[in-house]
This record gives sequence, structure tokens and C-alpha cells, in this order.
Amino acid sequence: MEFLRPASWADALAAKAERPGAVPIQGGTDVMVEINFDVRRPEALLDLNPVKELAEWDVADDGRLRVGAGVPYARLIAELGDRLPGLAQASRTVGSPQIRNRGTIGGNLGAASPAGDGHPPLLAGGAEIEVESARRGVRMIPAAEFFTGVKANALRDDELIRAFWIAPASGPQYFAKVGTRNAMVIAVCSFAVALHPERRRVGTGLGSAAPTPRRATAAEEFASAELDWTGRRPLDPAVARRFGELAAAAASPIDDVRGTARYRRHALAVLARRTLSWAWNDYVAGRRAS
Amino acid sequence: MRVNFTVNGCAQTVDDVWEGESLLYVLRERLGLPGSKNACEQGECGSCTVHLDDVPVCACLVAAGQVEGRRVRTVEGLADRGGERLDPVQEAFVEAGAVQCGFCTPGLVVQAHDLLSRVPDPQDAQIREALAGNLCRCTGYEKILDAVRLAARRKAAAR
Repeated sequence: MEFLRPASWADALAAKAERPGAVPIQGGTDVMVEINFDVRRPEALLDLNPVKELAEWDVADDGRLRVGAGVPYARLIAELGDRLPGLAQASRTVGSPQIRNRGTIGGNLGAASPAGDGHPPLLAGGAEIEVESARRGVRMIPAAEFFTGVKANALRDDELIRAFWIAPASGPQYFAKVGTRNAMVIAVCSFAVALHPERRRVGTGLGSAAPTPRRATAAEEFASAELDWTGRRPLDPAVARRFGELAAAAASPIDDVRGTARYRRHALAVLARRTLSWAWNDYVAGRRAS
Repeated sequence: MRVNFTVNGCAQTVDDVWEGESLLYVLRERLGLPGSKNACEQGECGSCTVHLDDVPVCACLVAAGQVEGRRVRTVEGLADRGGERLDPVQEAFVEAGAVQCGFCTPGLVVQAHDLLSRVPDPQDAQIREALAGNLCRCTGYEKILDAVRLAARRKAAAR
């Protein structure tokens, strides 16, 4: 095995182009587990910790946040929790304090687990993933097109994840997750909702209930049309219930060690109904987010 | 490969490190610092918690090459030089009886030390959250919570 330590983003792209088999490592919370347990022996590790650009975020000209792939969860919560409340809530459910100090959204996207906690809020918020290769330059991939299969993503061999782009919350956002305890839990299923009042749209993302994280588009269409964006009337319980049913219908879960498909569908309907209720109650009360 | 880094204030150069090796392995097996414990090797138990540039992390999930040029502080580095005087958190763990088999203790001490350096007077919920990634299979955590509260009081009194 080789250990590659690029000092800059340009060096990292050059190294990845030269060694497409090199596995990028950031917080190590996925990659090192695989190495420790001998399930993976990459030909090389590409350490992205020294690439300072990846650990930064800024506001782009179009008002969106451009968050470097190497910003750990702990900093997302502390520095961007007010602007990205849904993603911050999801980040708080990742592992433990030690894991959140090291783990990153870039790593979450690289691993592309169907259960990745960062993914549903990125889907609900309409994020785009900025990837780059030395030869072909930058490519922007909508989050909804990024996940291509179980632990598979749209990255090509010579590409690295540079950042994700996402608009600061324009309305309430929530994330909820089912697990056996509060810390150190891989989601049995999870759900994120984001209200976009300026477009009268509801965004969604579901996790751990299909081969990939995915949007519940029928649920989005339904709620966007049914909600009283102007009058801000309270949420009709029948609308909330139907939203839950449509969210569950968007899933294609399996039975595994963490839960059954039947339970996942049921839990997803509950999470979707609850998160929409919380978000809409905030909207009715004039709160942007919690 | 060779890795150069600082451990508990001392510059170290370690040779013949395997590229897939963890920081935990380097500390325990190459530098003779067995305070950080090796248990789950997947970030679940917190018994290998160390400070990496002042941030607590699981040493089992840090690749050895990633600490090049960086600072690591282990449980061995909490007491003053030579271990003459324990850190207040360590003293509190002893006094409160927060140690049973002792295997989880180093990780809990490092993590509690980090909490009290950031939040001098933590609420119980903050203590529980800070220690959520450190598993103890003996004590039921009550004595550990007592120890953290005691250490917080001691540190407040010393200020």
C-alpha cells in the first residue's frame, strides 16, 4: 500500500489522475474501519487532511453556501447550524462527538451508504455536489443524481469531491431518524424535509429505506400543492397522513439486521408525517427554522 | 514509511509504519504508550480517544500517516511530567470510584477532560452527550457522571 499526502487541491487531483485506485481518506470513520477489519486493502490511501481548501466554506456569488468536502460534522453544526438546520440536525445524529470531530460530508458522499445521515438533508435542500478531475475539470452533480446504487456514486475514477453547494434555509427544515439508541446508531430509516416558501415547494429525502438515498417526489408534489402557503392555515391531519403514505411508498426497503422492510415503511410514514408537521407549525408561527 | 509527529509534547519519529496502520497501533505497539486502549477498532467504544491538535478523536480511525507534523496528546500526557500529580479529572475518577475494570477509563478521562476544558460547568445532559461515544460495560455510568461533576467542582474551586 502507498500513502499519498498531496499538499494542495491541484496535487490531490494530479495524484488521483495518476492513481485512480487510490482511496481518498478524510476523517477515516469509514475507510479505517474497512482497513482495520481487513475487508479492504486499497493500493493507496490519498490523505486529504492536508488540503486546506477542503476544510473551508464560503458564500458564493449566487448566495448559495459552498461547503468544502472536508468540513467535519462538528464544524457544520457549530458554524452553519443556523443556515442549514436540517443538515445540522442530521449531523448531530452521526456517531459520537469523536466521530463528528473527524467525519465529513465529503466522506459520507464518497462512501454513498444508503444509510448516510448527511444525504437526506442534501436531497431535501436541493444540494449540488461539486466534483473535479485534473483532466476534465469541474462537474456539478445534483444530489438526486449522485447516488447510483448501494454504496455507489456518480464519481469517476479520476474525480474527487470538492464541495457541496446548497442554498441557506429559506424555511423550516427537519431531520428525523429511527435507531436503537441516541448515539452510535446507523439509521434504521431516516427522513428530511425542507420547506421552500419562496417557491412554494416541499423538499424531501429519505435514507436507509432504498438502495440509495432518494427523494419522495410524489410526496413533494402532493404537499407543495396542498399546503396553504399564503394563508398559513394549520396542517390538515389528512394531508399529513397522506404525505406520510406517499413518502413510505417512495421507499423500497429490505429486511436486514437493523429492521424489516415492513417496519421501515411504517416508520418512514411516521417520520414524514411528523417532520412535515413540525416544519409547517414553524412556518405557521413565522419561525424560519428550529 | 516514516511518520514524524509530536506526542505529549515530545517530537517522535517512527519508522517502518505500514501505510494502513492506525494511530492507535503506532501509539501502543511502536511508542510504548498503552494507555489508549484497543477494543472495537471501529470508533464505537471510545476507549482509544486521544487529542489530535486539541480535538478528541478515536485513534483507531486515524491513519498513522495522517498525523504527520501534527500534535497528539494521549491519556499519558494529562498528568504533569513524570506523573507526579494526576489531572483533576483523573483524581476525580479515582475518588468517585468511576473505575471498575478500567478498560474504558482512559478514553473517558480524555473525553471528560476535553468537555471540562470547553464547558467548565456542564449540565448532566451535556456530560451524557459528551460521553455518548464512550462505552463502559461495568459501572452503569453513574459513578462516571459523579466523577465528571466532582472534577468540574474541583476545577471551579481552584480558579
